[in-house]
Amino acid sequence: MNTETHVASGSNLEKVLRSGQFAFTGELGPPRGTNADEVREKAKFLKGNVDAVNITDNQTAVVRMSSWAASLIAIQEGLEPNYQMVCRDRNRLAMQSDILGGYALGIRNMLCLSGDHQQFGDHPDAMGVFDIDSIQLIAMVRQMRDEGLFLSGTEIHQPPKMFIGAASNPFADPFEWRVHRLAKKIEAGANFIQTQCIYNMEKFRKFIHLANEEGLTEKVFILAGVTPMKSVGMARYMKSKVPGMDVPDEIIDRLKGVEKEKVAQEGINIACEQIEEFKEMKGVHGVHLMAIEWEHMVPQIAEQAKVLPRPVFS
Amino acid sequence: MIVAQRKPFAEIKDMLQGYNKVLNVGCGTCVSVCLAGGEKEVAVLNTELEMARRLADDPIDIQGHTIERQCDREYLAELDSIIEEGGFDALLSMACGVGIQFLAERYPHIPTFPAVDTSGLAVNQAVGWYEERCRSCSQCVLGSTGGICPITMCAKGLLNGPCGGTNKGSCEISSDQPCAWFRIYERLSGQDRLDAIKKINTARGWKNQTPRNLIQPGYMKPEKMAK
Ligand code: SF4
Ligand code: SF4
Repeated sequence: MNTETHVASGSNLEKVLRSGQFAFTGELGPPRGTNADEVREKAKFLKGNVDAVNITDNQTAVVRMSSWAASLIAIQEGLEPNYQMVCRDRNRLAMQSDILGGYALGIRNMLCLSGDHQQFGDHPDAMGVFDIDSIQLIAMVRQMRDEGLFLSGTEIHQPPKMFIGAASNPFADPFEWRVHRLAKKIEAGANFIQTQCIYNMEKFRKFIHLANEEGLTEKVFILAGVTPMKSVGMARYMKSKVPGMDVPDEIIDRLKGVEKEKVAQEGINIACEQIEEFKEMKGVHGVHLMAIEWEHMVPQIAEQAKVLPRPVFS
Repeated sequence: MIVAQRKPFAEIKDMLQGYNKVLNVGCGTCVSVCLAGGEKEVAVLNTELEMARRLADDPIDIQGHTIERQCDREYLAELDSIIEEGGFDALLSMACGVGIQFLAERYPHIPTFPAVDTSGLAVNQAVGWYEERCRSCSQCVLGSTGGICPITMCAKGLLNGPCGGTNKGSCEISSDQPCAWFRIYERLSGQDRLDAIKKINTARGWKNQTPRNLIQPGYMKPEKMAK
């Protein structure tokens, strides 16, 4: 791994990855209201079990407490946030000012996303901003950090030094394009990648193989996305309703094959088997566990996946 | 061409409430071709309005006149005498948004109302079916996108697609909507030109955030209108 780029964001996640250890990140969805305790409650289960936690930004285009505000609550709880920002809701002025504010108050990681289309959410008639796209957002955060310049080219007084993340969906088509898109995100300035939830391992192996061949996994840290299935219904829903999701029948069959009260455990077993494989997979540097609205299961999953204890840096 | 669709009848009827002598002006160009506001549509709408107002015991005197192009002074001029002599208390326009404005501007003392909703620059896919293709962004990228417009045809207007939502060639918004970037990829791949989209398209300076004026090289605004 070429870790010799001069990023020094002060991010814990960056330290874990640059020290060559297998990273483990989690996810936390902010509440649909003003109760900070809801964030604290979820944070409790993640603390000590993950290196950083993604704080989602109006996920699925549904209004929630702002991602940077929930990130600050996470910091108060001793968790390192990975601040997600989508291009759907803000123009370049709002994005840059939120990045300055977030950094000033302790945010060190960012995940740059296009964002689900507003049509999916609770305000389907909202105007989608998309002033810049996710690749342009990555490039903007990198320019702010490395060149100390706003997108306009004017100088930033004390630039924000973010550890920059991006997403990758190896399962969306065209498959052949996915590695090129990954390369574009790296060229734009991504330091780490978190992938879409992986269920089709064979396809993912192929993707990583291509990325290895292109030398991409030397230039970026890849965290494989894992979401344990809670039920057969969830697996079916993910297969048929979620765009860009690839759930092979074997997964559904395996969940169907166990007694009803053991399905959730079987989902966790599958996830942990995947994590075991990722630990050994060349080009994979960690796992991103998306146990949304299942945060209380994270300690158990981390335990079973043998990713504890998490590294601590003084 | 510019496409538009007639507004719901109730909305038109509401706008004309209280006006009893109205001239409905059609346009013989784009909106005529897309079956929204030509001579035939003017006649149909006028008949409907007359009937509805008669039933409501509030008769309206509505006349129709369709000119070649409402976005062109030369053709608007033929309305001058009709309007001067007609004594209309309102004008209704079935032209696109620019035609309606040009009509309203020429006769500023008469209230002018839109009878159509203008929705964009579209191609004729089949009789009665028009598909939007251009948002007139002032910086055309079709050269590097295989002749497919990402600003218009990608639901997020992405310049570096496709996003992670592409679903078997469809856009994440609907299985009926082809993913523009999937098609761009396919077309460029067929032309062996994928390099055109491997480069990062940097953030663009939007050129459509203020009212645009277009003056062709060698021309100038006429002195008296330049202000
Ligand atoms: S890029 Fe698209 S919106 Fe812009 S001028 Fe070309 S076709 Fe029209
Ligand atoms: S799926 Fe395709 S068309 Fe739809 S938003 Fe993504 S890139 Fe654009």
